Amino acid sequence: MNFSDQLEARFADMLGHYPTKRSVLVPFLLYTQDELGYLTDEAIEEIAQRLDLTALEVRNVISYYSMLRTRPAGKYNVQVCTNICCLLRGGEEILEHARKKLGVAVNKGISEDGVFSVEEVECIGACSWAPAMQVNYDFHENLTEAKVDEILESYRKKAQQ
Amino acid sequence: MADAPKLVNITVNGKKTTAPAGTLLIEACKQIGIEVPSFCYYPGLSLQGACRMCLVEIEKMPKLQTACTTPVAEGMVVNTESEKVVQSRKAMLEIVLANHPLDCPVCDAGGECELQDMTYTYGAAESKFIDIKSHRDEQQWSPVVFFDRPRCILCYRCVRVCGEGMDVWALGVQNRGQGSVIAPNKQDHLECEECGMCIDICPVGALTSGSYRYKTRPWEMNHVGTVCTHCGDGCLTTVGVRRSDTGMEIVRCDNRDKSGINGDFLCVKGRYAFDFAANQERITQPLIKRDGKFVPATWTQAIELVADKFKQVVQKDGPQAIGVIGSNRTTNEENYLLQKFARLVLGTNNIDHHRTADFPAFAKAISENKARTASMRDVFEAPAVLLIGNDPTEQHPLLAWQIRNNVRLHRSKFYIVNSQAIKLRRQATQFVQIPTGAEARFVDFLSGNDAAAGTLTQAGASNENLSQLRDALKGEQNLVVIFGSELRGADISALVKFAAPQNAKFICLGDYANSRGAADMGLFPDLLPGYATFAGAARYQQEWGADVPALVGMDLKQMFGAARDGKLKALYVVGSNPVSRYALDPFVLQAPFVVVQDMFMTETAIAADVILPAAFAYEKSGTFTSTCGDLQMLRKAGDVVSVKSDFEIVVRIAEKMGYDVRKLVPFGKGLRADMGQSRGAQSGEADRHSVWLQARGLEPKVSPFDPLATLDEIQRLIPGYDVSQINLVSGNDEHTQLVQIQNASIPSHPELVVPSNDTLFTSGTLGRYSTVLNSVMERRATGKEVAAD
Ligand code: SF4
Ligand code: SF4
Ligand code: SF4
Ligand code: FES
Ligand code: FES
Repeated sequence: MNFSDQLEARFADMLGHYPTKRSVLVPFLLYTQDELGYLTDEAIEEIAQRLDLTALEVRNVISYYSMLRTRPAGKYNVQVCTNICCLLRGGEEILEHARKKLGVAVNKGISEDGVFSVEEVECIGACSWAPAMQVNYDFHENLTEAKVDEILESYRKKAQQ
Repeated sequence: MADAPKLVNITVNGKKTTAPAGTLLIEACKQIGIEVPSFCYYPGLSLQGACRMCLVEIEKMPKLQTACTTPVAEGMVVNTESEKVVQSRKAMLEIVLANHPLDCPVCDAGGECELQDMTYTYGAAESKFIDIKSHRDEQQWSPVVFFDRPRCILCYRCVRVCGEGMDVWALGVQNRGQGSVIAPNKQDHLECEECGMCIDICPVGALTSGSYRYKTRPWEMNHVGTVCTHCGDGCLTTVGVRRSDTGMEIVRCDNRDKSGINGDFLCVKGRYAFDFAANQERITQPLIKRDGKFVPATWTQAIELVADKFKQVVQKDGPQAIGVIGSNRTTNEENYLLQKFARLVLGTNNIDHHRTADFPAFAKAISENKARTASMRDVFEAPAVLLIGNDPTEQHPLLAWQIRNNVRLHRSKFYIVNSQAIKLRRQATQFVQIPTGAEARFVDFLSGNDAAAGTLTQAGASNENLSQLRDALKGEQNLVVIFGSELRGADISALVKFAAPQNAKFICLGDYANSRGAADMGLFPDLLPGYATFAGAARYQQEWGADVPALVGMDLKQMFGAARDGKLKALYVVGSNPVSRYALDPFVLQAPFVVVQDMFMTETAIAADVILPAAFAYEKSGTFTSTCGDLQMLRKAGDVVSVKSDFEIVVRIAEKMGYDVRKLVPFGKGLRADMGQSRGAQSGEADRHSVWLQARGLEPKVSPFDPLATLDEIQRLIPGYDVSQINLVSGNDEHTQLVQIQNASIPSHPELVVPSNDTLFTSGTLGRYSTVLNSVMERRATGKEVAAD
């Protein structure tokens, strides 16, 4: 299968950075996920082949890291932290609110229009500004329910552009 | 050879001991009889340190240490039973049991489960966990492998044995921590070699087999150690049997006791392909053909008919008008008896069998060059191995296992010359791919004919590759040379001549469980047992007290030719299907009187006039010789009351023909005890004596159906078979040597060698009637090779 030229270039470059081929696996999985939205069966086979691994080994690694996924997420993946600091400052309520607002019942579920998905995550390193959440790679801190509404609205607008 | 490692002094529980540097603490403890409990540690596999059951206290180390990953060090003082250790074991078990379903009453492993044993020995009586256990339903991953997730204790033995041991890499670990789960390579199912290694290595009942699960409990079976009936590698297998309506039913085969050459290895056939024994289509009654249809008959009727006909033919048309075809799957004693029957009772040398390797040429080469044969054990120990032809992964799974593990654990060198990119090349130091059918030319090249190189070169085999290989081989001492049926006749001599000066040992690969035995026992029209020509018949005549017929007999193809020409009037086929193996015309069998001894209605059996239902290897005792020459004893495990062993059938026919069976089977010699056959005042004592013998694995040699009496005779006559019988009856393998009795030139017929071409999932007639093998093949997509670690 073919990846974008940009990703191919990145892959070629990364190969030179590590002593063994298989070390490229984790970063490459992440970049591939960014490009495809999630790690498809096809991508897994391809990556396994390129790195002389079995598809099983690639899946073993994917399943180890919660940030890697084999199912699609929304265009904007809302990751709400409920670890200790956020929990103490209302993280669970924030998660509940986001879910209700977007109509997403289960963990890692996707909203009907496919724009959002909601995921409960462990500490994202923003404890000082808890409660916090991450939408794709962007951080949002010191959250309140109203602030969450605002943030989600801005993403919805972005999605419509 | 490297110098022996230094010994270091350690103290365990107050006992002083020494162990070679590098020894793992857990092994050092075992040496002095101190058990350190373990789950994830498994000798021969990589270290895991996952289960923490083996924690021990080591002086000067602040924390408990895992004995399975800690090598001994000078002055180490260890306590394996301190209060801290005992407490931590209890805690570890409690954690393991926290999510364990404790369904021991229905679990296959119940009664032979390591977790049960550990809990019994080291566990706590109460569990503090009150949370609900997480449940997942049992999954079927293949016809063979089932997985019950909640029972898994995450020791990763299965993952390692499949990858490191089998080089299949079909099992993995997914998720992490408490949520870790063993996963198959195709997400919801397995595509693998179906060996069942993962199942038998699992300490608990998490991996179970399709053929055994929920069938019985371990303590309801008798466990009988015997030799695998499939390929020629000679794995020991422990057969679990249980009473049934028709005798003793075989419920499972495994080798968990690690007995034999194979340790705990068995391939899919040895472990699961015993089910043909209970196949509905098995013939369990003698059948006589009347008006073109098979009609059931009694044994007496059938044997009388066969004996009468054989006698008639011999009297009317002469012994040359009768032919005998023996088997690659009957015991040495049966094969030996059969050739004796042909030669003495029928008076003909018309005896042959389906040849799958040129063993006569091999015997000749070995004796001419004063070379030796290698045992299957040598393959695991040799510093270097050369393999020419064959595909052991498919045809000799134990051999492949031995080679792989020798490379992995001993870093042995391994050279392959093959026309195909066989899977074992993944372990090879050097792999040279030559054109199809060029194996003989390669040997020619080895022998110094540089011109031959020109006909061998192709992509993957340059002139340089070839010379490199030859030079490397010349530098290897104590090499083991293994070759397939691609090499025959003079090529074998040339190969032996090339490597013999380097103290090499050799293995000639034949198919089926006892093809080597069939050859060693003289199922040849022109060779007596031990590859002796008729020029050396005097020894045999002396032992047998009868003359060996002078005329060289017909080989298998000639017999069929004679049948076509109307010259062959009777044919006796024992455990063989020549019609199919040699693609012969069954029509020619219409005229002669044909007797077939078999389990199933084969292409040959259909053409028979009488079919005699035979017992197979697991239903009788005797010996097998593996393709390497390792002699091992079979023990009767299963039983189907209405069939008879080939041995008994042959003796009965001889007896009915009026032959003195004492001349055929030297039973009763040297033993005068009453074994309880005569009931009288002393019968109790006789029974006790008999019980004593049987408890020691010895059989009273007082019956004409006793194969051990024949083994005595074989050992007297065939020099290479002069091995310890005590060792054999104790279940050990004894390596026989190919010792040629006289220096006559041995006739060789390379053209009669027809390899069986069995794969990992086929096994001649037996395989066709194995439900497990058939279902595995149905589900199997064209297997693609996977990346190795
Ligand atoms: S059956 Fe054998 S090949 Fe298949 S997963 Fe188990 S160990 Fe691996
Ligand atoms: S399935 Fe069995 S062998 Fe494999 S990790 Fe679980 S307990 Fe160990
Ligand atoms: S390797 Fe051969 S002898 Fe061993 S279990 Fe498999 S078929 Fe039987
Ligand atoms: S606990 Fe939420 S960011 Fe650290
Ligand atoms: S046996 Fe040592 S950690 Fe498992």
